[in-house]
Amino acid sequence: MIGALFVDPVERLGRATLGCVTALGRFGVFFAQALFWLVIPPFKLEQTLHRISFIGFRSLSVILLTGAFTGMVLGLQGVILLRRVGSEAFVGAAVAVSLVRELGPVVSALMVTGRAGSALAAEIGVMRITEQIDALTVMALNPMRYLVVPTIVAGVVAMPLLGAIFDVVGIYGGYLVAVQLFGLSGGTYFGQIQSFLTTTDIWVGFWKSLAFGVIITWVACYKGFYVGHGAEGVGRATTEAVVLASVLILVLDYFLGSVLP
Amino acid sequence: MTTGQPPSGGTATPGPAPAIRIEGLHKRFGSQPVLRGVDLEIAPGELMVIIGRSGGGKSVLLRHLLGLVRPDAGRILMDGRDLTALRGRELDRVRERFGVVFQGGALFDSLTVFQNVLFPIKEKSRLRMSAILPRVQEALTQVGLADMGHKFPAEISGGMRKRVAIARALVTEPHVVFLDEPTTGLDPILVNSIHHLIVELHRKFNFTAVMVSHEIPEIFRIATRVAMLHDGRIREVGTPARIEGSEDPAVKQFIQGEVETQAT
Repeated sequence: MIGALFVDPVERLGRATLGCVTALGRFGVFFAQALFWLVIPPFKLEQTLHRISFIGFRSLSVILLTGAFTGMVLGLQGVILLRRVGSEAFVGAAVAVSLVRELGPVVSALMVTGRAGSALAAEIGVMRITEQIDALTVMALNPMRYLVVPTIVAGVVAMPLLGAIFDVVGIYGGYLVAVQLFGLSGGTYFGQIQSFLTTTDIWVGFWKSLAFGVIITWVACYKGFYVGHGAEGVGRATTEAVVLASVLILVLDYFLGSVLP
Repeated sequence: MTTGQPPSGGTATPGPAPAIRIEGLHKRFGSQPVLRGVDLEIAPGELMVIIGRSGGGKSVLLRHLLGLVRPDAGRILMDGRDLTALRGRELDRVRERFGVVFQGGALFDSLTVFQNVLFPIKEKSRLRMSAILPRVQEALTQVGLADMGHKFPAEISGGMRKRVAIARALVTEPHVVFLDEPTTGLDPILVNSIHHLIVELHRKFNFTAVMVSHEIPEIFRIATRVAMLHDGRIREVGTPARIEGSEDPAVKQFIQGEVETQAT
């Protein structure tokens, strides 16, 4: 009895650790398989374009809206803070650099995770439980090639574009607040952006968006592919996809921010 | 459609060289044994119906035959090749000869009825679209849905979805067709209509068919042979007449039970 008291928690811990390691391994193998099928022709251009439209074009409205308000908030806080030290002339630079290096890639990725990542996980999950993925398999058509590879490629193509659109809209949102509302000179606003924003900043934002595009689609496809049973399983997979992708985006953002110049 | 298989000859008994031979198939999920040594031979061109209780492993057996599940032990020989030992492209090459009708149809819900039937042939065939499109239309006509091509699966009835699934399974001219409870959830008139369609297409194209079904006694009118899966093993296999007249208590109880259930 006493032995069991000590053994049971250890056994449970061991089982949980093994489960965690197995899931991580499966997650990695899934991506490796996707990379393998990425380089094996024929390439599914039609499916890829369809996915780009789904992830990119159909996320535009939410990106425009959140981009504008993020820029407006940055402009507002920038003016309030920089006015205290008499440097409100730099608000344009502050808004642009914050957006391009950090907030543009991260916030747009979080928005796309909520809109497209969840929908992708649900779609692939439903395909799994209604045997549509099995149907592809028995037709000798690899589901990795038909579902996963086009989705990941679409994420890689769409995310940097969405990030760039977010940045531009955000900069104009900041302009609206700083220039139109607080009366800062428009020339100063854009002049400071031109002086302080470097190509390196743009590249940092680009690489981050690219990495987040991979993360969102990889996680969504994986969670949909290994969905549980029934509607509850699809619901859980969708939630897990959003939570896991969001956490990974924030974690990766820190590490990329540390590594990139 | 041509299949390259010899004719079944109506209710003929299996020939000496089976199209599919299942030997000692074992499968357990966790501590639950599902298949405990299934042995079965399916002759070229016959329509084999596998019956058995719900949760008895019929669909699991079918998934083994499709190469979707690996057995713990045993072999599945198709034209002399062990399906359970094949991987990747080799397995795909065998699957290219399959047509499958899944229980729920498994139609791609983002594609129209026409696109669903077109999909496998467009992806696998090297034929030009001008040659493919009439074949797709012909397949839809054969299942009585010639004018439904523009609809999405969600816009048609359950019976129609099964018909589309049958058309999609047959459009690639398969040698072996697997049907997983193709009439589940349909009313008796639709059950008969789908069975009639299967028999008609089977006679016409002469493929080997393996069907999992609960529909007793209807399946006795369409099967070449019937196999009863019970307790993880094939309890009895034979012509419909032999199974209907079986003295085996398990077979008898199952058949009578099914008849009584349907009668009430």
